[in-house]
Amino acid sequence: MAEARRPRLAILPTAVLLIGAVYCLLPVAWVVAASTKAGSTLFTSFTFAPSGSFFDNVSELSSYSDGIYWRWMLNTALYAGVGAALSAGLSGLSGYTLAKYRFAGRSVIFNVLLAGVLVPGIVLAIPQYLLLAKVGLTDTYWSVLLPSIVSPYGIYLARIYAAAAVPDSVIEAARVDGAGEFRTFRTVALPMMVPGIITVFLVQFVAIWNNFLLPFIMLADDNKFPVTLGLYTLLNRGNTTPALYSLVITGALLSMIPLVAVFLALQRYWRVDLLSGSVKT
Amino acid sequence: MVRTVRRGRRTAAPYAFLAPAVLLFTLFILLPVGYTAWLSLRKVQVKGLGLGKGARTEVFAGLDNYRRAITDSELWSGGLRVLAYGALLLPIMLGLALLFALLLDRPRVALRRFSRISIFLPYAVPAVIASMLWGFLYLPAMSPLNYVLAKLGLPEPNLLSTGSVFFSIVNIAIWGGVGFNMIILYTSLRAISPEIYESARIDGCSELQIALRIKIPLLIPAIVMTTVFSMIVTVQVFSEPMTIRSLTTNITSTWTPLMKVYRDAFAADDLYAAAATSILLALFTLVLSFGFLRFVQRRAFGEER
Repeated sequence: MAEARRPRLAILPTAVLLIGAVYCLLPVAWVVAASTKAGSTLFTSFTFAPSGSFFDNVSELSSYSDGIYWRWMLNTALYAGVGAALSAGLSGLSGYTLAKYRFAGRSVIFNVLLAGVLVPGIVLAIPQYLLLAKVGLTDTYWSVLLPSIVSPYGIYLARIYAAAAVPDSVIEAARVDGAGEFRTFRTVALPMMVPGIITVFLVQFVAIWNNFLLPFIMLADDNKFPVTLGLYTLLNRGNTTPALYSLVITGALLSMIPLVAVFLALQRYWRVDLLSGSVKT
Repeated sequence: MVRTVRRGRRTAAPYAFLAPAVLLFTLFILLPVGYTAWLSLRKVQVKGLGLGKGARTEVFAGLDNYRRAITDSELWSGGLRVLAYGALLLPIMLGLALLFALLLDRPRVALRRFSRISIFLPYAVPAVIASMLWGFLYLPAMSPLNYVLAKLGLPEPNLLSTGSVFFSIVNIAIWGGVGFNMIILYTSLRAISPEIYESARIDGCSELQIALRIKIPLLIPAIVMTTVFSMIVTVQVFSEPMTIRSLTTNITSTWTPLMKVYRDAFAADDLYAAAATSILLALFTLVLSFGFLRFVQRRAFGEER
């Protein structure tokens, strides 16, 4: 009987989802098409009609101001990559500690850290600038990297994950075998926490990559800019020199590729369910 | 002997493990918050012409900066603009996220994976880059909308004009936020055991009825959480208008409160006003998110009292 009723395709829901997908892909399709156009045809041909100047645009972008664009890309990799890696490591260790140890002050520390999630970035950015200026660290790599390392949200996620994924008995067994506390964390708990830590890494990676205000305030020297800030200044200059627009467009396209690649590569490992506050193990 | 040493190591371990996080948290979160609060109560007093060393001194100002902030018409118009922005953005963005999540979770839907990844893709695009892409699409000379309308001989809109730019920026935020919220709601739906729907299906419930009567009620905690996080982000809107400002003259330097904070601190050199405005915005965010949580709790769990 059930066989007889062949599952029919739900057409309307499928169509609605596809409209959503097209809406989300529209600017991406545009930037792909626009990056193939020479500056002169940018405003004259139909927006989505591709042309043949992609490699010219890339080489023009690469030679702009001695290849500063690639420097911006490297800087972004440094800020977002190193920052997120340090943040994920620190969140992993802190989350594990808060989940697996009973010690005086545990709930106080956790609650204060958690309150940090609610502190809006605006209250932080200006005083962070002033405090770093006092120790002479503004306009350095440190000024963007250091404030990005501690992430209350990351610690919170790591704590939920450690509580669910690392059984107490395994920790006890490692201790009985004579492993030190840090060794137990590194060789026993950490491998069990990998999917949770990758999730924290990706969330932090996007957060740092997306944080415009912090580098905007901290940095003056364009050699230290992340790619977002670099392209922003280029766009501003485009007001007077529209030829720069095709560089901005090509630069925007190229800047999106690494992050999309990181996402697709790590897709299997990251645990989105963590973000909604639930974990299935 | 060995036992006591090990016991001692074990009690010291959690403190050692948390030390780096606590140190960084203190330096980069607690201290800045405290410093902002302190600055908001200070002002500069100028002696004479304000020239030379010692002519400008910082003194206690009481609530002066706050009084200035709440009577500042620029802050009010920016604040009201952001309220209107949020009132438009949040229902549309979260409504679409919920719709897409429910559709993804529905049986017999084709191209599920393609749609899910495509809608989630904008999450990986920073707001500045997203605003550039949309900004170019809004430029009358480049916009496909204008191209088509011109071909049809219809009047062309300017999506960056004073009246439209507000909606154009809302659209960028919707584009950037739908996918992330959809994924959170979708994963929450996946976590619900499918057995719950079975009996409803046997009873002849349609998928729409299941979505409305079973799935949405079960999703309420996740919807509340995504709403609170979206509210916090919305109050701080900055990157989108800042970027679009490069393409149009219709966005002022104080278009949103955070833009005003930035201008006060770095262009107008009035840190104290910026600090007071920051604190007011932070308080507003807290009141808004806690107020919303209280309101929802009373509505959802009102009967229990």
